[in-house]
Amino acid sequence: MRKWQCIVCGFIYDEAAGLPEEGLAPGTPWEDIPADWLCPDCGTGKQDFEMIEIS
Amino acid sequence: MSAAVATPVVTPVVTPVVIVGTGLAGYNLAREFRKLDSDTPLLLISADDGRSYSKPMLSTGFGKHKDADGLSMAEPGAMAEQLKAEIYTHTRITGIDPGHKRLWIGEEPVAYRDLVLAWGAEPIRVPVAGDAQDAILPINDLEDYARFRAAAAGKKRVLLLGAGLIGCEFANDLSLGGYQVELVAPCEQVMPGLLHPAAAAAVQAGLESLGARFHLGPVLASLNRTGAGLQGRLSDGTPIACDLVLSAVGLRPRTELAAAAGLQVNRGIMVDRELRSSHANIYALGDCAEVDGLNLQYVMPLMHCARALAQTLAGKPSAVSYGPMPVTVKTPVCPLVVSPPPRDRPGEWTVEGSGSDIRALCRDVAGSLLGYALTGTAVQEKLALNKQLPALLA
Repeated sequence: MRKWQCIVCGFIYDEAAGLPEEGLAPGTPWEDIPADWLCPDCGTGKQDFEMIEIS
Repeated sequence: MSAAVATPVVTPVVTPVVIVGTGLAGYNLAREFRKLDSDTPLLLISADDGRSYSKPMLSTGFGKHKDADGLSMAEPGAMAEQLKAEIYTHTRITGIDPGHKRLWIGEEPVAYRDLVLAWGAEPIRVPVAGDAQDAILPINDLEDYARFRAAAAGKKRVLLLGAGLIGCEFANDLSLGGYQVELVAPCEQVMPGLLHPAAAAAVQAGLESLGARFHLGPVLASLNRTGAGLQGRLSDGTPIACDLVLSAVGLRPRTELAAAAGLQVNRGIMVDRELRSSHANIYALGDCAEVDGLNLQYVMPLMHCARALAQTLAGKPSAVSYGPMPVTVKTPVCPLVVSPPPRDRPGEWTVEGSGSDIRALCRDVAGSLLGYALTGTAVQEKLALNKQLPALLA
């Protein structure tokens, strides 16, 4: 399981924890998150290089 | 200046879209614009070194042992390539001439097709008596951060001015970094105006558990050099010995050059929902802009503005709308998310929870949620509550 960090605001998406409140079950890999998903803290898009893998 | 392509004989020289500022506002706008328009020449002008970085991460660097180079994500050369843009660094514009659609860098005129002001806000400086005013440092950009880190190297005691969001984030981060923090602010609670008192008490208790000491009420009256460091004195007479002073008392949108050019300014540079100022072809976003009456110095509204303005600059005029804009405060000792109720909507607060886990909700007479403050484990309810919040700019 990896973690992804938003390069704009620093929000961390932890694949192991998921985001159950947004319908992303624990264990949801980054690839399975919809393309139109936005960073919950700052609204940055998932697209392009805007989230970086940190582990 | 950008060079015209030579091949087709009749190709006119295209004047660039010019963005002043390479912070989150300038670079994110450029990025969004390039998704829609890869051809129009783009020029960014920065008073700083033009490195790309995430501003919210400035208040996490001590805890993560990251210096300014560690927080920098890209050099201006790499940004220029990525954005297909020209970038002037260490360059201050000195005037704007809206009538001729050009700006000035000293004696040098720069023509623009559209001009975007994304030059941010200036740290407010409070006057303090004594001989050590210059030891009071703000952190509002990566270069400030580098200066502060250099000043903090080998030191122990930080006097922190301001108990707002940024002051609290730095109190947490500097404590994690091993500094003894004394926080001074002329208010009764942390983050007044943003936060319900119950949630403020939870955050303050969390910071105190890290060793931070609070002096709420007085201001720093004087600061003098001593043999061993600095000696501060608060307005209530309390002496505080420290090694350096971090000022986080707030930011004032930069409006002077805009006002001098005849643009309407209020708290910030006044722009409409399309981010257009009182002059056609001049736009503003980010910390310097007052969008339809709102100057919100946060990342989420900035990103909304960047996307809308990119559309407008690419030929499809688009108004920005803000949904709920909750603010996540980086105080990991006591996580906090807050969405203050709109000023013109009266409501009643209910507070549940205890210790570091506070759930404060503000509802109007009909029971509709207007705002909230969530701390500790209660932050998990954020997304569910966001769905009930009113939009800020519908």
